[in-house]
Formats: sequence, structure tokens, C-alpha cells
Amino acid sequence: MIEITLPKARIWSRIGPRATYGQAVLECASERDDFYVLTADLAQSSGLFRFKEVFPERFVNVGIAEQNMLGIAAGLAKDGFHVFASSFAPFITMRACEQVRMDMGYMQLDITTVGIGSGIGLAQQGNSHYGIEDVSVMRAIPGMTIVNPADGVEIVKAVEALCDYGKPAYLRLTGVPGFPMVHKGDIDFKIGKAITLREGDDIAIVAAGTMVSSALQVAEILSRDEGIEATVADMHTIKPIDTDVLDAQLDKKLVVTLEEATIVGGLGGAVAEYFALKKNKPAQLMLGIRDTFLHAGSYPFLLEQCRLTVPQIVSDIKAAMQ
Amino acid sequence: MTERERLAVLEEHARRIRLFSLQLAYECGMTTHLGGGLSHIEALTVLYGDVMEKEDKFILSKGHGVLGLYATLAEFGIVDKELLLKTFMKDGSDFMIHPVMKAEYGIEVSSGSLGQGISIAAGLALAAKKTGSTRQTYVICGNGEFNEGSVWEACMSAASFGLDNFTLFLDNNHLQSDGASVDVLDVSDYYACMLKSLHFQVLEIDGNDIAQVYKAFHSSPITGCPRAIIGNTIKGKGVSFMENNNEWHHNRLTKERYDAAVAELEGSK
Repeated sequence: MIEITLPKARIWSRIGPRATYGQAVLECASERDDFYVLTADLAQSSGLFRFKEVFPERFVNVGIAEQNMLGIAAGLAKDGFHVFASSFAPFITMRACEQVRMDMGYMQLDITTVGIGSGIGLAQQGNSHYGIEDVSVMRAIPGMTIVNPADGVEIVKAVEALCDYGKPAYLRLTGVPGFPMVHKGDIDFKIGKAITLREGDDIAIVAAGTMVSSALQVAEILSRDEGIEATVADMHTIKPIDTDVLDAQLDKKLVVTLEEATIVGGLGGAVAEYFALKKNKPAQLMLGIRDTFLHAGSYPFLLEQCRLTVPQIVSDIKAAMQ
Repeated sequence: MTERERLAVLEEHARRIRLFSLQLAYECGMTTHLGGGLSHIEALTVLYGDVMEKEDKFILSKGHGVLGLYATLAEFGIVDKELLLKTFMKDGSDFMIHPVMKAEYGIEVSSGSLGQGISIAAGLALAAKKTGSTRQTYVICGNGEFNEGSVWEACMSAASFGLDNFTLFLDNNHLQSDGASVDVLDVSDYYACMLKSLHFQVLEIDGNDIAQVYKAFHSSPITGCPRAIIGNTIKGKGVSFMENNNEWHHNRLTKERYDAAVAELEGSK
């Protein structure tokens, strides 16, 4: 078990999601020898340089060949090893999509693909590198699990949990160095179990990844300025979605889904699909990246374009409640 | 047993495997991949009937060659013949026109989407290297399949990782779904030199000649080099009206055609 402390959480927040992933696999590898870490020429970008030095036998660089990386992962997984294979979100989910479908979906091999730099955190690198559709594409594959941690603590807990998960999963890393801490100490983290961070009777905000921290800020503002009390659910596992936590929101006036991903087929879609079967349900406000490619720019600029800054979210929720 | 006797036994296995492939195709009453199911039978026969040890791994990357694979598994007692005849292509069965992963039958992967099995084979060979296992990994690919870019990603990694425990058999029958490879993507004759450029140990043979296939699989490996056996084969091999006739890439056998094919193979004993 990796020890979770406030100083460590602070470091993970500072170094960002990719480096935190690298730290997490490094710490796990010092306790167990049953997994491999693969990269497609992005060891540095995935925070894996230290891992490569310390555990060269458990590290494989396949070159810039994501499709082959999945096949190599499948071969290693068939021999009883867990495999983490990372690349930028669009490359690992879409360039290698059919390999993911066959090896992870169809054959259910014990592989975790890791989408680094997902969402719009890659800023000036532009749309070629953004993870906009990764959740939707991975959600469509039967038998896939999707985990989008809210902060560094959740990344570490997710990596640890995925080592023992035994099933294929996509670990989606959103956020940039300096991303906020949601948790300041250890948490009870289970894949498929959402974490209710705040309880309020009026509305529910169901969020994943970077948007969990934003949701907490939004809830505070709504309470302080508008007297609106919001539940905030950290839906770190987007698939399979925690239906118990969703059921608990059926009496709310509004359910807001909030994600740094396209609103087509992502977390919002998953919630809507579940609620569609319910007789009495609240209205749903789906916030995320509109169905469009963005003009590249800084991360704050992009969030603003997507109406995903805290004041914009507050304003959109207030409008939806009128 | 002398090598000559051994080859005669393998030859007879291959003939019986062809016959059972045809029986499966005929009795299911549906269109199946006959041409590509018959062209790699010598390779399958030598692998399952002679070369492979219990711990070795085999992957049929050209999943549409499944008729030959099922018949080989049946010939060597790995899958029950009656079970295959009863369930091949039947609703809900795992014995379909493309392999479905089944550990108990040594069907390592679900294939059918081309250009993927070779990467998995490279992964298995890499795993053996990393764990110090002496296990060998064999993979059969098709020449049409070699159009896939992912095949070359896999070949580059096999070479770069020095996988001398990895043998690729390329069933080079010079035809593919849309016809002659020369008319589709004219590269089938270059595969040998492409693989040589990657420092594969390359053996180019008549892939339907059991003695040549036997010799190739028994060739001494070169340390640090993956091995490729380019088997120049005939699509539909063994049934004259199917040979090199791409109408039999995916087709259904009538009673008349089936009887003619059986008579020809029975006569070749």
C-alpha cells in the first residue's frame, strides 16, 4: 500500500497528473513484480524516466507504434502479467482503438491503458493532442472500465487498485501541474464507487477528473450567494457508473454533469442513459466540451471557451434553474 | 523413424486435415474461407504434428484461415471432431469463421481483424525472454494481412527486441480478398527482402512442400534474430478447381463440388 500523506498529496498536485502516474507505478513496482509498464516513445511525457532506470526489466518502449503497443501488452497480459500502457489520450484510445477493442474489450485481457494529457490540458499543442472523445469512444466498447481521477491522491489510489483489478481499464488523466487537491489524506477508493464529497438537498453535481475540484467551488458559491445547496459526487469511475449514487439524486431539482470531455457520449451521456429509464427524474444540465474542435491556446483560455470556469458553471447552473 | 518416414506421416496428416477442413465447410452449409483455409495446412501440420512442444504458443493471425486450424486441432486430438461438426457456424457456438480465444484448445487469441495477432505473438515472445522461459512462439500471417501497417510495427519490435524465440510463417499465396495481390497492392514478392532489411532470419520456401516446411521450422535459429518463413503457397491448395481461383476465397461447397474435392484428395493418398 502506498502511504498517502498531506505532504505527498501536495507534491502530486504540484508535479501534475502524468508525473504522479509515474510515481505511482514506481512505488507499486517496489512492492510487487507482477506488472509491466509500456510506452510508445513517451516515457518522459508519461513521467516514466525514473521507472525505466529503476526497473528496466519491467519497462518496454515499443517506439512510436501505439497499435503494436497494445498487441505487445496483450501478449504480456496473456502470460499473467498486468500491463500499464500509456500514451497521449487520442493515440492510446483512437490510434489503437481496434486493438483496444479486440484485446481489452473482446478478450478481456488485464491491461490498463493510460491516456495522459487528456481533456484540454495540452493547451498550445492543439486538438491533435487533446482528449476530447476518449471517454465516449472507450465507453462504447463492451467490458471496458473508465477511471478519471480527480486529483493526485486518486491517481495513486487508482493505479494501486488497477494493479489488482484483473480487468481491462482506461485510466484517463486530466489536469496540469499545479492541479488542485481534492483529498488531503487517504481515502476509501474503490473502482465503480463514486465518492460523495458534499451533500445538499437542492441539486446534484456529478463530476469527474479536473471538474470535481471545480464542482466543489461551484457548490460553495451557490450555497453562499444563492442559498442553493448542492450535492457533489466525484464520479471517478465513469464506467461502470455508480448507479446507487445516481439513484440518490433522483429527488433533486437538477442534476448537473460536469466533465472536461465532449458532452457527446461521456459522463453526461452515461448519466442520461441511466436516468432515461426512470419515471420521475430531475432535469439534467450537461456541461463539458461542446461538439466542436477548439481554437488552441492556454489552459485557462480553453476552459473559458468551453464555459468550464467556475463563474461560468455557476452562471449556467443558475440559468438552468430558472 | 527416419526423416523420410516422418515426412510421409506428416504428409498423410496434411491430407486428412484438408479433407476434414472440406467436411466442416460442406456440412455447415454456409460460405466459409476455403482458399486461405487450405493454403497454410502444411505449416499447421508441421507445427502441431512435429515442432511444437506443450509450452509453446501458436497464434493464427490470419483468423480467416480457421478451417485449417480447426481441422488441425481435430487431427491431433485437441478438439473433438464430432463437437466441431456439430457446432461449427451454429448459433451461439465459439467455433465460428474467425477464431474465438479458448485456452483449453490452445486458441490463444480471438483473431479476424488482420494485423493484430503478430503483435500479440511478439508480446508472448517478449514475455518468455523476460521470464527466462525457453518457450517458442509461432504465428501464421497472410500476404494480404501484410498490407496492414500494424504488421510492420510488430516486425520492427520483434527485430528490435531480438526475439529469436519468435517464428513468423507468412502464408504467401499471392491472392487476397479482391484478387491477385499484384493487382491490389503489389508487394507480396518484396516481403522477404523487407523482413531481411529488418534483420529477420528469412527462409523462403515452397510453403506447400512438407519437406521444405519441415526443414524451415527445424532450421537453426540465429541468435538475436526473429525468424520469418516465407511460404510461397497456393490458395485453395489440394483441390484443383479451388487452386489459385479466388472465387474460393469465401464460398459455399455444393454436394457435387464437395464430392469432387473429396475424390481428388482421396485419390492423392
